[in-house]
This record gives sequence, C-alpha cells and structure tokens, in this order.
Amino acid sequence: MTLEVKNLQCIRGDRELFTDLSFQLEAKQLLMLEGKNGSGKTTLLRALCGLYEPDVGEILWHGKSIKKQDELYRRELFYLGHLNAIKPDLTVFENLRFNTQLAGGLETDDALMQALDAIGLFAFEDFPASQLSQGQKRRVALARLLLTKATLWVLDEPFVALDAAAVVLLQSIIADHVDKGGMVILTTHQEVSLIKGEVKRLSLTALTENRESLNA
Amino acid sequence: MLNVFWLLLKRDLLLALRRRSEIFTVLFFFLVVISLFPLGVGTEDKTLKQIAPGVVWIAALLASTLALDRLFSSDFSDGTLEQLALAPQSLSIMVLAKMVAHWLLTGLPLVLISPLVGLFYHLPNDSMVVMMLVLLIGTPILSMIGAIGAALTLGLRGGGVLVSLLVLPFYLPVMVYGSGAIASSMLEGLSLQPYFLLLGAFALLAIVFSPWATAAALKISLE
Amino acid sequence: MKINWFKYAAPLNFYSLAGKVIPFFWVAAIALTAFGLYWGFFKTPDSLENGMKEYYRIIFVHLGSVWMAMWLYIMMVFWALVGLVFNTKLSYMMASATSITGALLTVVALATGAIWGKTSWGTWWDWDPKLTTFLILLFIYIGYIALQSAIDDTRRSDKASAVLALVGLALVPVIYSAVNCPDPTQCSSLHQESSMKNIEPNIMRGIIFTTLGFWMYSFAAILMRVRNIILQRERNTTWVSKLKEVN
Repeated sequence: MTLEVKNLQCIRGDRELFTDLSFQLEAKQLLMLEGKNGSGKTTLLRALCGLYEPDVGEILWHGKSIKKQDELYRRELFYLGHLNAIKPDLTVFENLRFNTQLAGGLETDDALMQALDAIGLFAFEDFPASQLSQGQKRRVALARLLLTKATLWVLDEPFVALDAAAVVLLQSIIADHVDKGGMVILTTHQEVSLIKGEVKRLSLTALTENRESLNA
Repeated sequence: MLNVFWLLLKRDLLLALRRRSEIFTVLFFFLVVISLFPLGVGTEDKTLKQIAPGVVWIAALLASTLALDRLFSSDFSDGTLEQLALAPQSLSIMVLAKMVAHWLLTGLPLVLISPLVGLFYHLPNDSMVVMMLVLLIGTPILSMIGAIGAALTLGLRGGGVLVSLLVLPFYLPVMVYGSGAIASSMLEGLSLQPYFLLLGAFALLAIVFSPWATAAALKISLE
Repeated sequence: MKINWFKYAAPLNFYSLAGKVIPFFWVAAIALTAFGLYWGFFKTPDSLENGMKEYYRIIFVHLGSVWMAMWLYIMMVFWALVGLVFNTKLSYMMASATSITGALLTVVALATGAIWGKTSWGTWWDWDPKLTTFLILLFIYIGYIALQSAIDDTRRSDKASAVLALVGLALVPVIYSAVNCPDPTQCSSLHQESSMKNIEPNIMRGIIFTTLGFWMYSFAAILMRVRNIILQRERNTTWVSKLKEVN
C-alpha cells in the first residue's frame, strides 16, 4: 500500500507554489505537512484528493495514477478540508448520517450514535447544527473518522477550533489509525505522537526557500 | 448508484421543507411577473389571449434563472460539494438528483399554479391543459440547462446576473416551442403533436447531456 | 521538412513566431479586402435580377462578416476543446482572443444586416431568422467573454469558458431551427430558398475576396491579442522581462 507523488508542480495564478515535489507514504506512516501561509499546503492536499489537477507530475496510488482509478481511489480516501460540510438546517445526527452514507458507509444508527458519544457530542444528537459552536461543528465532521473504513486520511488543519480535550482525543484517533496500518497526511502545528507508526515531515517552505537561494 | 440518488434527493427535499419560505419566493415572483404584464400591455380580452403564451414562458424563464442560484451555492459554501465530488460515486448521478429536487421545488409549483394564469388571461380550458402540459415538459429542461450555468458561475461575485446572461439565450428553443403550442391550441384544427415531440426530444437530450456537463463544470469550479 | 508543432505550443516560441507573421497577415488583409471591394463596386452589375438596386453592394461587407463570425465561433470551440483535452495553455489563450474578434464581427454582421434591411425592407430591424440567430450568437459571445472576465483565476476561467463555448456550439443549431421555424407543423412549406444559387460570378468573386480579407484580418487581430495575453500571463517570467518592448 503506497501513495507516491512524483515531480509534482502546482501553479496558482502566476505564482509557483512548489516544483519537483516527490515523496512516498507507506502504511503505518503519518506525514506532517509544514509551511507558511500561502506555501501551497492546502493546494497539495487538494491535489492528493484529485480535487485539483497539478500542472506537472503524477500521483500514484498502489502504483497507478489516481486519475485512472477515480471511484476506487475515492473509496479509500477520507478528506476533511477547512469546511466542515455541515448543514445548519439538519440535526447533528442527520448531518453525520448523510455524510457517512454519501461516502458509502452502511453503519447502523446505533453505530452513528456511539461515534457521536465518543467524539463528545453526547445528548446533542437532535440539536440543529445551526445551534452548535464552531468547535462542536468540527467535532461533528470529525466523528466520521470513527466510522470511515478509508485507509488514507487527508486532513487540512484538523485541530483548528478544537478545545484542549478534543485535541487530545483527535490525536489519539489519528495515532490509532496509523498504528493499525493506516496512512494520514495532515497540516497542523500540533504534534501527534505515535506508538508504533512513523512520522514523516515535509516542509513546503523549505522547498521554496531552497530554490530561491539557488536562484540568487 | 441509485442509493446515492435517493439519498441526495431526500436530503435536498428535507432541507427545503425546513426552509419553506424559499419555495414560495420563486412562486410569488412568477405570479407578480404574470400580473404585471396585463397592467403594462392592456387588459382587453383579445390582447390577453394573444400575449398569454409568451408571458407565461417569460415568467417561467425568469423564475427559473432566479432560483438557479440556490442549486449549488449553499453546498459550495459549506463544503458539502467537495464531499460530493469525493464520494465514491458518479458525480453526474448526484447532480441529476439535485436537479430533480430543484425542479420539484421550483418548477413543479409553477406548473401547479399555472391554471391561475389561465384565469387571469381568459384562456379556454383546452389551452389551460396544454399550458400545464408544456410547462410540465419544459420546466425540467430549464432546470437542467440552467444547472450548467449555475455550476460555471459558482461562487463568483455577481454570479446571479451573470448566470441569467449565460443561460437565457439557451432557453430560447424551449420558450419558442412551449409558447407556440399554447398559441396553436387556441386556433382550430392544428395538431399539437409536433410541439410535444420536439419538447420531449429536448428533454431527453437534456437528461443525457446536462448532468454530465454540469458535473464537469462543478469540478472546474471546485479547483 | 519536419516541423515540431509542439515547439510552438510554448508561449515563448509562439510569441516570437506570431510577431513575425502578423505584418504579412495585415498586408494580405488590406490587399484582399481592397481588391474585393474594388471588384464589388466597379465590376458588378448595378442591380440584381430580383430588383435590388445599388444598395445590395453592402453584401460584400455583410457576408464576409457573417461567415467569419460563424467560422470564428467554430474556431473558438476548437481551441477550447484542444485546451480541455491536451491542457495546453496557449489554446485557451487562442480561444479567448478569438472570442473578441468573433463578437466584433458579429456586431458588424448585425449592423450591415440592419442597414441592408433599412434599404430593402424599409426597416432597421426585422425578426428575420438569420438576423435573430445572429443576435443570439452575439449574446453567446458576450456570455463567454463575461464569464471569462468574471473569474479571477485564469485556470478556472479558461476551463469554465471552454465548457460554455461547447454547450453553446451544441445549442446554436437548435436555436437556429427554433427561430427559423417556430411552427413545426408548417416547417416544410416555409423552407427558405438559399440566396446563394444563381449568383452573378463577379458578385461572387467580390464576396470571396472580401471574406478572405476578413479572414486574414482575423488572423492578424487574434495573433496580436494572443501576444498581449501571453505578455500579461507570463509577466513574471524571465523571458518576458528580457523583451525589449517591455523594458
């Protein structure tokens, strides 16, 4: 099980975000993506999901381009961006059920309830999502992590808006997934400590600065 | 594949049910436009009968473009659209589900209220039936062509006016044949079959191509 | 001789190549149009068989712009399609440059059509199927340009307007048939006679030369516009900053 990125280049407007970016991620590995604001972290994550087409380069999953295995790849992928995909007019439970079923999950209502309890939303199930705080909405979105069967998790700033307790909880969820043989890519300033897995680091800023110093 | 269709259709209808006022704004807009024309053009029986077919279609066209903004914009701004694009199913099917929901909420009400137009414009009963039928076939086409425009202008400043500019010219054939059928129904001895066949053919083509084109447009807008 | 076409897909190479050929297109455009107009004014009969007098001569400008406006729409869709399939930036730039010239020629076609209408039918505007279709064509061109300028991100604006152009191409024939024959029960009897039959050879010659002139003009104008777009989009590259016309 491998995610392989080869010579990736992404250009936004007339700004080159990164060029010749290559890395590999195996099972039981966690990739921490670092970099300043505007260094292209989000663009890279979106490219990894297939939402953004890189200008140059390839992204391979199990040795095959992700463009050629569309739905198969998406079945093994879990992406959470800056936006929570929460509908204010639906209840917490309805939101979770819709998002899970959309991703192809067949969980029972009980399983969904348990996930909500575990993420710290006990007794909030029937609240309209419009009444939740920012952090609680993030928790609803993160509850899907407890249900998904996806191997590759791509998380864009997952710790934002969470309180201390939720940060610890999410760290353990991520660590657990990696320890069990999953893969996680995330952008964050939080450390995640693993028991068995391996933490890799990739700094987009370093890439850019390197090139700038070469040019100069 | 069908599961995701029902899932999305059910969710969109549920969301609309929780915000009923939005259904009525489109409906009332349609009625306001319909009632303004006689006051501007003249209220003679002959004039009314003559302008009715065009007026009902222009009002339907405008109401339909007005409602387009709602098709994808809330899903786009809260991130649901990303999740739809990443779901392990075909985006075209989901788009089709959203179009059907959109038509049930904004197109079907117009069809159901159109007899009122018949009363306002002194239409004979037969023409009223024809009007309902052509609206029933024609308004889904409007939703489907409009969806492409809505997907292309997603999240743009002033997208509402822009989308009207893009899709109104494309609505023209539906309007021409739709109003032509109503007008012919008021004359003796004309066959209406060709009108229905043409509109039916448009509807089929739209069902085949529009979800696909809309999905492609959505992916471009999400980049 | 083998030409490496992909070499000219790079904006840098295309920019200099276009710069070299533009003057030739201008010369050809002026010469062909001038010859076509000369032939049209001095070598053709003073009136047509159907009774049209001198004023029919607007046909030399009218038909050229009509044909080119339609042809440029097809070219625009062609470049948009190439862009979508091969993801080449230059083809999107070609599509975008073509749209402006196409819209301009559509306006010329409509204006000359209106003048012709005033002299032959006595009215500036008639809801004639061809004029109406051209009005819609203009709206579609305008929609394309408006969509493109409304999107800040060039990648998205290129691709989104390409999709719109394709949808337009699929719908223009449908629109034309709807305008041409709004009553499908009587369509066969209303079928229009093509006005191109039995045309006097000298008139035809004039039309062909002005059309070719307009075609060359389109090449020149589009290439000039593409050069501008290239400069604008590649303004941060080293090769642009080294150009003498920029400094």
